[in-house]
Amino acid sequence: MFGLPRKLVVDSAELQRRFYALAREHHPDFHQAAPAEERARIEATSALVNAAYRTLRDPIARVEYLVRLEEGRETKEGDIDKPKAPPALLQEMFEIQEALAEARSEAAKGALDETTRATLAEQRESLRARLKDEETRLAGPLSARWDSAAPAERPAILAAFKEALATRAYLRTVSADLTETLGGDTEAFGRAIEGRHGSAEAPRTRGGMGGHIGAPHQ
Amino acid sequence: MSSRIIGIDLGTTNSLVAYVDEATGLPRVIPDADGRPLLPSVVAFTPDGIVVGEPARRQLARRPADTVYSVKRLMGRGFEDVKDEARYLPFRILAGEGLVRLAVGGREVTPPEVSAVVLKALKERAERHFGESVEKAVVTVPAYFNDAQRQATKDAGRIAGLDVVRIVNEPTAASLAYGLHRLSEGVVAVYDLGGGTFDVSILRVKDGVFEVLATNGDTHLGGDDFDRVLALWLLEDIAARHHTELDRDCVDLARDPEAMQELRLAAEAAKIRLSSEERTTLTLPFAGFTYRREMTRADLERLVEPLVGRTLGPCRRALADAGLSAADIDEVVLVGGSTRVPLVRRRVQELFGKTPHSQLNPDEVVALGAAVQAHILAGGITNMLLLDVTPLSLGIESLGGIVNVLIPRNTTIPTSAREMFTTSADGQTLVDLHVLQGERELAKDCRSLGRFELRIDPMPAGMPKIEVTFLIDANGILQVQAKEQRSDKAASIEVKPTYGLNEAEVGRMIEDSFTYAEADVETRMLIEARNEADTVLVHAGRALKQGAHLVDVAERAAIETAVAALRAARSGDDRDRIHEATTAVNRATEHLAEVLMDAALKGALGSRRATEILGER
Ligand SMILES: Nc1ncnc2c1ncn2[C@@H]1O[C@H](COP(=O)(O)OP(=O)(O)OP(=O)(O)O)[C@@H](O)[C@H]1O
Ligand SMILES: [Mg+2]
Repeated sequence: MFGLPRKLVVDSAELQRRFYALAREHHPDFHQAAPAEERARIEATSALVNAAYRTLRDPIARVEYLVRLEEGRETKEGDIDKPKAPPALLQEMFEIQEALAEARSEAAKGALDETTRATLAEQRESLRARLKDEETRLAGPLSARWDSAAPAERPAILAAFKEALATRAYLRTVSADLTETLGGDTEAFGRAIEGRHGSAEAPRTRGGMGGHIGAPHQ
Repeated sequence: MSSRIIGIDLGTTNSLVAYVDEATGLPRVIPDADGRPLLPSVVAFTPDGIVVGEPARRQLARRPADTVYSVKRLMGRGFEDVKDEARYLPFRILAGEGLVRLAVGGREVTPPEVSAVVLKALKERAERHFGESVEKAVVTVPAYFNDAQRQATKDAGRIAGLDVVRIVNEPTAASLAYGLHRLSEGVVAVYDLGGGTFDVSILRVKDGVFEVLATNGDTHLGGDDFDRVLALWLLEDIAARHHTELDRDCVDLARDPEAMQELRLAAEAAKIRLSSEERTTLTLPFAGFTYRREMTRADLERLVEPLVGRTLGPCRRALADAGLSAADIDEVVLVGGSTRVPLVRRRVQELFGKTPHSQLNPDEVVALGAAVQAHILAGGITNMLLLDVTPLSLGIESLGGIVNVLIPRNTTIPTSAREMFTTSADGQTLVDLHVLQGERELAKDCRSLGRFELRIDPMPAGMPKIEVTFLIDANGILQVQAKEQRSDKAASIEVKPTYGLNEAEVGRMIEDSFTYAEADVETRMLIEARNEADTVLVHAGRALKQGAHLVDVAERAAIETAVAALRAARSGDDRDRIHEATTAVNRATEHLAEVLMDAALKGALGSRRATEILGER
């Protein structure tokens, strides 16, 4: 859509320039006089351009999109692989969650004691640092490797992507949980960095595609 | 030219209308017949008809129960949302489901109907200016307004006979006004603190594109709140110093809506003076005593500091959402009357580390930007484009009351999201979607926008594949479409807005707006004359009460006669007679006024006291 090569490493200034050009071309503002049907079509196109840019401008979202594309190609609808994180990480996250649960029940009784607080805060800092490392690795070397890889090497890199994405999701979830328990000063930043509305969602918030709601009526 | 589109800033306190002058290419505010650009957003429901703007504002303290102000804070809201605030509002808000209803002037009205009166007055102002009818408008709303509040604003337009072709966010509009000449390319933070709402938006300005990166705010924070904390503080002080008089006269000021309105207005006036002066004197004449005190800017700052502090969190969140830090901001723009408060400027400057822009009048800049956007839509400007975002995440309730986010906050609009749904019971013909807006994880903590019912043909459970498309248009308003894929039939959707008006209600309100027409010019002038008479009567009454012993019997009798004549004239419909009687009272009290003034000066009271007792002459 943006007329750029299909690569993971993208020239972001160029992408932005092309986005602005496309946005101008398709924005409803410039088609006010068109008939209603035409306007609805332009609105839909404009929404598409905006969504595409949103995905492409963020290196992590680009990787996620690529994984979805590749998965969709290989697997049948419905059995998309759930991302898996390394077992060691799972174990570690599990332990932190347990400690957290304990801290929470403590906190429910009275105030969190200072040492627990300090430990939790320290853990969060370390998780955040690892999260950042993981993101840098994803956006940098891993993405570059994909761009120059021969087709035969791709499945391996794809697997690495998935693992990195899953790791990132766990790190985000757990550090958000820590923030929730610790509360206080980091609220402003914590929400934005770790909130559930980032470019990716933590595994617990979304399983497969689509909701499954609708209770019987009448 | 019937394609003319005007720009309207529908403010909590003041509203304005503007357009782009073809000759200069610059936006201009259209003033009223007396040259005043601002139209106070105050609507009075009098027995003679509806009065809007300055004359309505002037009778705030006299008819508190029938004079509606700050109605914007009630737009798109339910009784539960506003019941805390309602305690401080002198007009009646009815308890009930759905959107707020007010009981004023002997009938029930909704906030969009009240706003429609303001919009209609601005529409007429523009029509007088252009000498032709005007049907289309761009109307601004706080960036942090949710879907229901935006929809309510659009409804207000329709009731006023205006096609609202675009809803624009206020801070973004302001950036357009600045962008015409004063902004260089870069990242801009717009800090907008008005009468009722606070918004902050971070934008990137490049190649004529104004791309909003993030928005945050508080739709219930503004100068009104400053006035309220100050008024409550004064109330305590009055109670402490004058409890003797209050007890003697059995007066409970807090329960006297007229006194509370006077107090609020005096608080606002003092607040405004303290923006340019270090100290000021407040003088409030009550029936049995006159309250007077000195106040410093530091006193005010102590009171409003927590409120100003509440604006900083949203600024930080907007920065974080934009992926930026304060150092990345190239320019800061101040919008809204409350940014004239020095403490606000200091805090903004500290946060962003930049001296903010305020070359354009902060009261007018939003309307000017609305005019620019109107001109873009009319085809008059082609090199500028505004790309705004949706301020709040949009989702649907899924099993267990969890919100499944479809469109995250700060997504560029227009934007769409698709979801597949199916049924859980055999033969189910109705699927119920609960659409929510907000940043919380649980549906019950988010704002309910409405329920959408999809009607489909009966099929075994899990068989239907219903594709639902949520589109947020360029106004930030949600549209929902649904299609059952197996039959390729558009599923019918019934929308049940939680805090909105349905088609039929809007239709009825349009009709009502003709039935309860705004008072015509004659009536309006009569109402104005009566208002003036009331003011003079109040002042004369006070002067007599405080200074009767200072003048002789004959003079007192003369005043009393004039007052009685004015009372009689006021109850009639003859405007000229009311005017004459008003002048007569003024003349009869002239000497008493001087005597009181002297006494006040001798008593080392500020001259203000005497003028306030006697009225400005
Ligand atoms: N010099 C001043 N010092 C302090 N406050 C002021 C000053 N001038 C105006 N204000 C306050 O600014 C507020 C009105 O600002 P403005 O007209 O920008 O608001 P609005 O557009 O009506 O409201 P909103 O944008 O919240 O809907 C009032 O609370 C008023 O008291
Ligand atoms: Mg405003």
